[in-house]
Formats: sequence, C-alpha cells, structure tokens
Amino acid sequence: MQQLRPAEQLELKLHVNGVSRTCTVHPMARLLDVLREDLRLTGTKEGCGEGECGACAVMVDGKLVCSCLIPALQVQSAQIKTVEGLAPSPESLDAVQRAFIECGGAQCGICTPGMLLAAHALLERHPHPTELQIREGLAGNLCRCTGYTKIFSAIVRACEERS
Amino acid sequence: MRAYLPEYEAVSARSLVEALTLLAQNPADARGRWQPLAGGTDLMVLFGVGKLPAGRYLNLLGVGELHGIDVTPSHVDLRALSTYSDVRDHQVLQREFPSLVQAAIDSGAIAIQNRGTIGGNIANASPAADTPPALLSYDAEIELVSLRGARWLPYAEFHTGYKETKRAPDELIARVRLPRLSSQDPERQQFRHYYRKVGTRRAQAISKVCLAGTALAVGGQLVKPRLAFGSVAPMPLRCPRTEEVLAAGPLDAGRIQAAQAMLSEEIRPIDDVRSSAAYRLRVAQNLLADFVAAALTPRPA
Repeated sequence: MQQLRPAEQLELKLHVNGVSRTCTVHPMARLLDVLREDLRLTGTKEGCGEGECGACAVMVDGKLVCSCLIPALQVQSAQIKTVEGLAPSPESLDAVQRAFIECGGAQCGICTPGMLLAAHALLERHPHPTELQIREGLAGNLCRCTGYTKIFSAIVRACEERS
Repeated sequence: MRAYLPEYEAVSARSLVEALTLLAQNPADARGRWQPLAGGTDLMVLFGVGKLPAGRYLNLLGVGELHGIDVTPSHVDLRALSTYSDVRDHQVLQREFPSLVQAAIDSGAIAIQNRGTIGGNIANASPAADTPPALLSYDAEIELVSLRGARWLPYAEFHTGYKETKRAPDELIARVRLPRLSSQDPERQQFRHYYRKVGTRRAQAISKVCLAGTALAVGGQLVKPRLAFGSVAPMPLRCPRTEEVLAAGPLDAGRIQAAQAMLSEEIRPIDDVRSSAAYRLRVAQNLLADFVAAALTPRPA
C-alpha cells in the first residue's frame, strides 16, 4: 500500500475544552475521529456517522455541530467543546448532567454526550426554553431508550435549578 | 465502508481569488480538478460512508468574501456561505421572505443548520433540497464567479437536470439575490407567501414533497402566482403552466381542479426510498389547493 506523503498531513492546532492541543492528521480526517483517536477524548460518540443522530455533537466556535461531518482542515485553530468540558471540575457535574441522572435522562448512554451538548447549546440561546424550544433544540439527537420525555424533564429541571 | 483518506487531497482557500485560481486549474493527474467544499452537510455524509468520489477538495469556509447577508433598498443578497442559521436569525428575511426562513428551519436540525450553506444547498442540486423552492418562489437571481468574470442568472434557469446545473467547473456561486418590494409598493400588502414541507418528521427528514408559493391576492384572485416544488421532478421545479391556470380567473372549485390537472402534467414524481409517485402527485395537488386557500384567507389587520 502506498505510503501517505508527509505533505498530505496537516499540523492541526485546536483549543479543546480550554486546552491547546496539536496533532498531525489528514486534512479530511473527521473531527470525530481526531477527538476520539488522536486526542483520546472518547466521550464524543459515533452513532450514524451521517449527521442524522447527533451522538457526535460538539461545539465548534460556540456553535453546535455534528463532528462526523467536519473535516479536520475546517477546524484549524478552532475552539472546541466536548462532553468532557461540561463539568466544572473532575469531581463535579454541571446542572444539566446532574438533572439527566436525577430524571433518568440517560439509559444506555450512547446518545447522552450529544444530548448534553445540544442541551448546552439550547440553554445558551434560550436560558428559559419553552417546551417547543426544547423539542426543537434536541430534534437532531436520537435516543432509542428513553422515549425523550425524561430527557426533556431533565432540561426543565436543570433550568429550575440554575434559576 | 469508510472513506480511504490517502485517496483525498484537501486545502483551505484563504481568499476568493485563491479559491478561483485553484478551481481554474485542470490538473492532468487522476485526482483531477478541485471541487468546492463548504458546510459539508452533503459531501461529508457521502465521505462518511465511503461514497464521496476520490479527489481534490477545496475548503471555502475561510473565504471572507463569501460570508454575510447584505440588505439594500431593492434586494437582499445572501452570500454563498450564509448558513441556514444565518437565514433563520435574520430579521429582514423573517419579515419579507418567510418561506426561505421556514425552509431553513425545516432543514435538518440545529447542528446541520449551523453548518449547511445556501450556496452548498444550491450547488449540490438535490431535487429534494428545501431552500430551492423558496428561492424560486421569490424570483431569486444567482451570481456565478470565476477568474473569467462574474455573471448573473435567473435562479429558475440554474438547474438543468438531475444534479446538473449551469455552474462551470471553475465557477463558484457567489451570492443569491432576492428582490424586495419597497415599503411604499401597494403590492406589499397583497403579497402572500406559502411554504410547506411534507416528510416523515419535522426535523432531519428529507422531503417527500415540498411547495413554496407566492402570489398577490387581489379580490378573490391570485395575480402573478409562483409555484415551486421540491422532490417531484429531477430538479427543483417552477410550474409556469399551472401558475397560468391559477391566474386566469376567479378561484372556484373548477379552476383549482384544472390547476391540479395541469400540475399532474407538469411534475414528474417518481417512486423511491422516501415515497411513491402516486403519493407525491396526490400530496402536491393537495398542497396546491392548500396554497390557494391560504393565499385567499384575509390577513389580520
């Protein structure tokens, strides 16, 4: 098999959860794979790999995106937030994470990191969301366990707790 | 099967001139010409499942000239890299081009809307795309640029067949222009917008049928109706013959039926994974009647 020529690699600099990281990757490597395999941040999950399910959702420069649809060269020097960056410290959780546990919003867990990021993006945009805004904010995240109701409840509870 | 990375080459353009210079090249090797890559919500889906053609991809997101929405008294220009989120959050578009805003809201979900671009949606040329019918219903124009210069086309002439467009390989879509009605124009009070997407669910699902319509409602008649459908032909489709039937007189049941009959000749729905030709025809005809009813409903003062 032909060896990859060095010129085809990209020196990628990222700011992930507030920490500067550098890695050498193919410019078309998916952000999802860079996070999981190069940076060993395996909290971000791969569900469909086609932008349908939201399991791989992360924040790039303050916006919710599907990391499976982003080639590395599009995130050169970007600010990335993953599920590992939500909790204020290794010993604690943020309000939404706590509410997911309290309300049974997480079961198998595969959708949970993406749900948490979508919730994070939602609450940045709408600190006191209506039910419709919650449904729309999470419409790009599929869950096959909970039936969604407990996830919506968790977000309502997190808002109550924060205010 | 996953994409095999060594088959791809990708670089980021830093300016429009740099992008157009690369697109103008015609390398003789197997990787061929540079292909534009914007928000990635179509191309990266193919890439993820190993179906994106091997070759050279040119990332456009760093090209500042292609970002932004410009408002003048006579028109709104959406530069090509305007995202669905940019569209849905824009106040002038919300007020004057609500069908386009609805199309943006109905495309994918938030994470897709944050990445997908108007230029990409048009260039990808899917007959099921959600913004093209809205753009067609507003008589949009489109600007294509290359090192050879710039040219404007009526958007209605841009799509020529299934995934075929008038964009040459060295050209980029620079912007899409929407003509505005001035606030003094008496037609502004009569102008009606309609947009409806029919799919399996609100978010993420690709349309089975989509209709964007505009018209002037004048005394029980529709003047200058414009109908544009998605997912009923090899390309996003204006239906001028059906529009003529609608515009020809008072909209009684007979005229609506005649318009529905003409529509069945004008559209070419097919059976595919998302729906059947028969269902699409029936729904398209129902949407047509719904558009007429909505356009003729008096608006609250």
